[in-house]
Amino acid sequence: MKQALQLSLLFFLFSAVSLWAQSGGYRVGDEARDFNLKNVDGKTVSLGKMKKAKGYVVIFTCNHCPFAVAYEDRIIALHKKYAKKGFPVIAINPNDKDIQPADSYENMQKRAKEKGFPFVYLYDETQEIARAYGATRTPHVYLLDKNRRVRYIGAIDDNHEEPNAVKERYLENAIEALLAGKEVPRTETKAIGCTIKWRASAK
Amino acid sequence: MRKTLLLLLVTTFTFSLMKGQDTIPFIKSAQLSAWRSGASDTVYVLNFWATWCAPCVAELPHFEKLHAEYSQKPVRVVLVSTDFRRDVDRRLKPFVERHALKSHVVFLDEKTPNDWIDVVATEWSGAIPATLVVQPKKKFERFFERQVHYEDLEKAVQEALGQ
Repeated sequence: MKQALQLSLLFFLFSAVSLWAQSGGYRVGDEARDFNLKNVDGKTVSLGKMKKAKGYVVIFTCNHCPFAVAYEDRIIALHKKYAKKGFPVIAINPNDKDIQPADSYENMQKRAKEKGFPFVYLYDETQEIARAYGATRTPHVYLLDKNRRVRYIGAIDDNHEEPNAVKERYLENAIEALLAGKEVPRTETKAIGCTIKWRASAK
Repeated sequence: MRKTLLLLLVTTFTFSLMKGQDTIPFIKSAQLSAWRSGASDTVYVLNFWATWCAPCVAELPHFEKLHAEYSQKPVRVVLVSTDFRRDVDRRLKPFVERHALKSHVVFLDEKTPNDWIDVVATEWSGAIPATLVVQPKKKFERFFERQVHYEDLEKAVQEALGQ
C-alpha cells in the first residue's frame, strides 16, 4: 500500500513536471530574453537598443487573423499614447509563411504601410522568440518592465469585437500601474485568438 | 384532427432533423458549465472553432465522422463557434449549410473570453482550434489546444465511454 502510494506520488510529480515543461514560456516575474529581429523597414531591432524605453509592450500578432486585425487600431492607439511615456509597442509576427502565406514578410510590409503602423513590426522567422516567450496565439501580449521582467501576460482588453463596449482595458491598466510604480492589478488574462502557425519541425 | 396535427408536427420535426440545422442556437457560458459538470451519462465533445480559422475547418471532417460513427452511443458532438457576432448570419449560417454539417453547431454568445475560457479548461490559453472531450459523471476529461487527428478523438471518446 505504502509502495503504491509512493509510486502514485512519484507519478503525480512526474506528470506535474512534464506538464509544466510542456507549457513552457514565461510566467509573470520571469526575465524575458532580448532578440534581434528584422523590422518591416529592413532594420534589425532589439530591446536593448531602445535606450529611452521604460518598458516594452511586446505583442505577438499577425496579418491574417481576424482577432489580430480587430485589434490593429487599438494597438496603434496604445503605441501613440504610451510610446512617448516610455512604453513602445513591439509587434512580432511569429507565423510560418508556408502555412499562412498572408503572414509573409512582404505581406507584413504591405500591411504596415496600409495601416501606417507607428510601431516596429518584426518578423520572428525562426519562431524562436515566440517559443521562448511561450506565445500560443495572436494577439498575445507580454508587458515587460525596464529590466525585461514580465509584468503582464494576456489580452489587450475584454472585448475583441466591439471596441466601444470594452469594460476593462487589461493592458492599459497594467502599463498605467507600471508608470505609477504600482503593482499590476491583474497580471494574467486570456483571450480567444488564432493559434500560432508553427512549422512542422518547430513543435 | 388532433392526431393529424401531432403527426404533422412529428413529421416536420423529423424532416427538420434530417435536413440538418436551420437555426444556430446562441448559448451562454453557463451551458458550457452544464455540459462539463452535469450528471449526464453523455460524452460531450466540445470543439471551439470559427469559420475563418483554417486549422479548425481542416479538422471539421473528423468531428463529422465522429458524430456519424457514434450516433448510436451517448456521444454528443458540439461545434461551438467563436465567430464574431456580426458574422453569424452572413458567414456562420451559410458555412454550416454549404458544408452540410450534421454535428450540432452553436454560437457562443459571450463578450469577455477571459471569463469563460477557464470554464472550458484552465490549461487553455485561448488559441483555437481547441477541443474538450468530457464525461462529467466519470470525471473524464481530455483537452486539446491544437488541431486534432481522428484517432485523438476516437481514443478519448472510447476511454470516456469506458470501452
